[in-house]
Amino acid sequence: MTVSHAPPSAIPAPLEKHSAPTPTPPELEAVVPASVRRSRLRAAPRWVRRAVGPLLLLVLWQVFSATGVLDPDVLASPGTIARAAADLMADGTLPAAMGVSLQRVVVGLLLGGVIGTSLALVSGLSRLGEDLVDATVQMLRTVPWVGLIPLFIIWLGIGEAPKVALIALGVAFHLYLNVYAGIRGVDAQLIEAGTSLGLGRWGLVRHVVLPGALPGAMTGLRYSLATAWLALVFGESINADAGIGFLMNQAREFFRTDVIVVCLVVYALLGLTADVIVRILERLLLQWRPTFTGQ
Amino acid sequence: MATDLHRPVKTLLETGPADTSPPASHNGADAAVRVEGLTRSFDGRAVIDDLDLSLKAGEFTVLLGRSGCGKSTLLRVLAGLDREISGTVLVPRRRAVAFQAPRLMPWKRVWRNVLLGLPGKPERAVAEQALAEVGLAERAGAWPKTLSGGEAQRASLARALVREPDLLLLDEPFGALDALTRIKAQQLVAELWQRRGCAVLLVTHDVDEALLLADRVLVMRDGRIAYDTSVALDRPREVGSPGFTDLRSRLLTELGVEGAGRATGLGAQSAGHTQARTESTESPDASPARPHPDPHHGDPS
Repeated sequence: MTVSHAPPSAIPAPLEKHSAPTPTPPELEAVVPASVRRSRLRAAPRWVRRAVGPLLLLVLWQVFSATGVLDPDVLASPGTIARAAADLMADGTLPAAMGVSLQRVVVGLLLGGVIGTSLALVSGLSRLGEDLVDATVQMLRTVPWVGLIPLFIIWLGIGEAPKVALIALGVAFHLYLNVYAGIRGVDAQLIEAGTSLGLGRWGLVRHVVLPGALPGAMTGLRYSLATAWLALVFGESINADAGIGFLMNQAREFFRTDVIVVCLVVYALLGLTADVIVRILERLLLQWRPTFTGQ
Repeated sequence: MATDLHRPVKTLLETGPADTSPPASHNGADAAVRVEGLTRSFDGRAVIDDLDLSLKAGEFTVLLGRSGCGKSTLLRVLAGLDREISGTVLVPRRRAVAFQAPRLMPWKRVWRNVLLGLPGKPERAVAEQALAEVGLAERAGAWPKTLSGGEAQRASLARALVREPDLLLLDEPFGALDALTRIKAQQLVAELWQRRGCAVLLVTHDVDEALLLADRVLVMRDGRIAYDTSVALDRPREVGSPGFTDLRSRLLTELGVEGAGRATGLGAQSAGHTQARTESTESPDASPARPHPDPHHGDPS
């Protein structure tokens, strides 16, 4: 490896200041501003660039369907799906099904949320509670909750109860784990500072422990929402007489792949909405965190 | 058992810091802290070993010691944060602590942090007044994580002062600050102490800092107070005045840093640096400025 030094003539310069030869100035190159170098595709806004891929996929899908490469019994064309969605909206089937499904999720979420958070508070805040609750929950957690569907049907019948219970179960575990970890992860130094400020046990819980556990709780909420939708799909695929899952099962009987895809899209949109709600909640509740820059 | 010793604030104000009699001879009458036969062990090893100490009301005491000597443990005992002790410990009911890390609750705005734990429902103005005292009034509504290191430390100081303590415990509060901010923070503490007249116990390993601020300097070694001297220098003090230099080399010798006392500024500074924060009992408020572990850890030569 060669290392280029200053020209040798420059070395005695410090000794004889006046006779030092003027160093030859180096060749300069311009630092071109980034905006000048941008190509036209790069100049497009980021969201436009990100939309190109999905749009291309849609166009390909439509082309394959139109040319008959893709059989409608395998997968309907985007156009047909859009029409099916419009029809289902118009005759009120889809809104009604959405209402039923949404209600299941909300009830299950509330039930599971209350159970999971309460258990996490009990085991997070007291050592006795931890010994009693945590081992039990950790043991039950190893059982795959989807596998409980047959038992739930035997216990609760085939009405709303097993579906709500399944959602509540999935939600409760996720919230329990994250809230519990959040409580136990609160900085011991802050607890000590709180003690030195004269906070009692309840004061510490209220001003130090619970706010400190909030980021963990929000993570838990996000996971549990994702689980809730998953549990809904599982729950509704068995013995449903209403809701989006029922719509899907019915469509399967008649090979209506267009309706099935509409239902999938609705599931996705509902999940997306839930995620947006959590994001807004985080922005409101965790505004003290400088790391949070979601825009 | 930590017991509360009641002392009205007025008595503290009457007792000036000018008394230069040997501090060891304090009787209990004007004491802000009285400790007799205090022992604190960790896994059978006595970090504080049959320690006696009394601090006078209104006096600024600096506790010096090498890493692991138990000085921070002593402060935690006086703060009432460590009660696994034997012996007698009498401290004022109104006491406040400022730690090396500011330890502000990040989810409470600065003024709410200042009021945290105060009885009743104090107004925001109370916090703003305390913040104004440390020159931070305009940041009252800020989130703690947006404060600079010096600002956060001042907020922590305001949080301690708003309690109007009879005893202010400072656990290396300047350790994590940069050199320039540290000088300002030291001046601020000196001013606040002169205005408030409360007893202050400052734990540090910086000899210059001790001599700038203290009425009385204690050196802790082997779990006891090994050296105890009053500092009768005029205030405000400057690093390098004649009496200052003599005391510094004496203290450095007591701390087991032989020869470093002869050097000026830089030498004393590096002597402070050898006191790395590796005490097992200390909170992990790691100071980024002093990352080197002490090679002579636990070996007072």
